[in-house]
Parts: sequence; C-alpha cells; structure tokens
Amino acid sequence: MNGPHDLGGQHGLGPIAPEKDEPYFHAEWEKRALGVTLSCGAFGAWTIDESRHARECLPPATYLSASYYEIWTRALEILLKRHGFVTQAELDAGHMLEIGTEPKRVLKAEMVAGVLARGGPCDRPVEAPPRFAAGDRVRTKNFNPETHTRLPRYARAKMGVVEAVQGSFVFPDDNAHGKGENPQWVYTVVFDGGEIWGEGADPMLTVSIDAWESYLERV
Amino acid sequence: MSGHHGHGHDHHHHDNHFTDMEARVKALETVLTEKGLIDPAAIDAIVETYETKVGPRNGARVVARAWSDPEFADWLKRDATAAIASLGFTGRQGEHMRAVFNTPDTHNLVVCTLCSCYPWSVLGLPPIWYKAPPYRSRAIIDPRGVLAEFGLELPAGKKIRVWDSTAELRYLVVPERPDGTEGFNEEQLADLVTRDSMIGAGVALSPEAAR
Repeated sequence: MNGPHDLGGQHGLGPIAPEKDEPYFHAEWEKRALGVTLSCGAFGAWTIDESRHARECLPPATYLSASYYEIWTRALEILLKRHGFVTQAELDAGHMLEIGTEPKRVLKAEMVAGVLARGGPCDRPVEAPPRFAAGDRVRTKNFNPETHTRLPRYARAKMGVVEAVQGSFVFPDDNAHGKGENPQWVYTVVFDGGEIWGEGADPMLTVSIDAWESYLERV
Repeated sequence: MSGHHGHGHDHHHHDNHFTDMEARVKALETVLTEKGLIDPAAIDAIVETYETKVGPRNGARVVARAWSDPEFADWLKRDATAAIASLGFTGRQGEHMRAVFNTPDTHNLVVCTLCSCYPWSVLGLPPIWYKAPPYRSRAIIDPRGVLAEFGLELPAGKKIRVWDSTAELRYLVVPERPDGTEGFNEEQLADLVTRDSMIGAGVALSPEAAR
C-alpha cells in the first residue's frame, strides 16, 4: 500500500538528531511494549508480514507523529482484537471481561532464551530455478496495490541490475493477507542514483533493494 | 488502573504521548496477564536480553575478528549467517545475515525505508533515529547530507552504496580498519567498532579517539 510507512525520498521530515549515548529505552513503558509485542508474536496467530501491514495501516498522522514503540503498541492492539484475543472494551477497562481466543503457545520466561535464539527464519525452498542471475538487467514492476508490498514506491518502474540471488523466501505480499507463504526467489537489485532520483542525484550514489522475483521483469 | 491518565483522550501534543502510552501499555499488559496470555516474567527476560546480552558489542566482535583473520573475513563475505553464528550470535532479526565491507572506494550505509529492519543479533535494538521518519526518508536520497549530520564528511570522490532492507536479509557494515592498529588484539580492535560504524552512519574510531 502507498502508506505513511513508505518514506524513501520524502522531504521535510526534519533532522536526524542522533542522540549521544542513547539508552536502549527512554521510558519503562517502552520495555513493556517490546516484551508484550514479542510475547504476543509467540501466540503464532499472525505472521511478521501481517504485523508489518497492521503498522502501516495506522492513520498517516498517527504513524508520522508516533514513536516506534507507540506504532508497535497501536498495531498490536489491532492484531489482538482482529484475532479475538482481547476486545476494545477490555482495553478501555484495563481488565479482562471475557474469555477470548486460545493461543497456540504462551511465551513463558524459561522459553525466552530459546525463542529469541531461534528467531523466525523466512527462507523456504522453491522448486523452480531462479529466473534471473547476477548481472541481468531488470525493470521493477509498476503497481500501486492497496495491499501489503515490500517494493517501495521510489523503486517502482526502475531499471537496475541483479547483483546477487539471495535465496528463496516467504512472499510478504501474499503472506500478510493470509494467502499463504508462496515463497519466491529474492534478488539484490542495484540502481544508479540517477535512475531513481533523476536530475540532481548524487553521481556517486547507488541504491539497492532486495526484490522478490515477481517484482522484476527482464529487459 | 489509575484514573488520572484516562482513556479515550485524543491528545495531539507530543508531551502527552508518554503518559498516554504508559497507561495504554499498562492496560494491555494487565488484560493479557489476567487472561493468561502473557507471562510478565517473560517480558522481564526479553528486556534483560536486549539490555545486557544482545547489543552492538556482538557486532564489534564480528568486525574485530574479520579485521584480524582473513579466512574469517572471507567466510563472512560468503556466508555471513554461518560465520556470525560461529561466534555465538544467532536468532531473532539475524536469521539471514549479509556483511558488506567498506573499502577505500566505497562507503556502505544501511536503512529500512519501509519499517525498522535491523540486525538485532549483532547490533541489538535499533536507536530511535534509525526507526524515525527523518533517517528513513533521507538516507536513501541524500546519504551525504545524512552522514554530515553524524559528523562524517565523505570525500567527494567516494562512492556511496545505500542498502534498503526491504526483505528479510539483515545487513552488517564492516567498516575499514583504522590506521595505527597494527598489533592490536581482537579485544582492542572491538573497542574501536561503534554501533553507528556497523550501520554505516559512522566509521570506526581511531586509537586516539577511543582513548
């Protein structure tokens, strides 16, 4: 979707403002927000792609003014309601009011080290060989789906060169919407800065994205 | 639940976000705990992991090893996930690692324009600026301007490669080894490797600067 999250190349969003000796957390609630988000991810009720899509579906004004832990928390509330784990009435009351969905798994303290160390690999085998090889010239697709995609707007309908075949991975555009993992080959595709940004682009700049095979056409 | 933070307010001032969010997260954690869906001790364990165990010191050890051991550097280039795992760093948001090496010709910079993808297994939790709109919007179009805000002026003739983490690959920048570090052991080298240098938002410290 062409949502507020797709920020590459936008102007006017202010200075970077790196903070010297930045702490890991700026408030206690951020710690809890991180832990609650990861704990709920362990339910196995939604995928990382569905959670990313929930975040990018927040209203643009909210998205752009919120800290990232706020974005996570707001999206988590939506996911928990969507999947029947909590109701808005419960969130308003701050207490349990009814029995909800049973998760596949509840993350207990003793499971944390193992779960974090395993992570959630997204590589999946595909039977077809990769359509492209390093050195191939490709054009990215031009499309504007209202659904989830990982092809940023700035990189649509652009000419680039495949630099590497990176393996085959879950296809987020489908997986975010419960349409299955449908893995595809992923390629690192490199573009000249001028191809992406045109006049005035830094002549020494190249930009790369990691693109699923269906984002690419041979030229 | 304390009443004075309240619910349903629709504040538009940043100052109020913190107290609103405190109440909101507290409500969420309480509801989920009452339902038996989360274990508050698991949350403590997650926080402790990223406050004390998984942070940029991991990545610094990877870089120091690559600087010291050409065979390891070569392995890191070919199969970063396995090379990094050999030092004990695996897991969440580091499942599919790639290492990209700065050279005298080229400076690498990593961004996630679409969200906040970051190599947690080697760098820990991302800093606020990495997840915020200014960096995500500008790193990809004006990396020189962005680097200048970090105090890094790249020579005009140096190429810049910006890697947008649009898929599940996570990138670790291996900065150039600073001059004057001949004979340094891995521990001493790791002290020169900053978090920002492994994102590409900086370079490794000189021995003088690290002192």
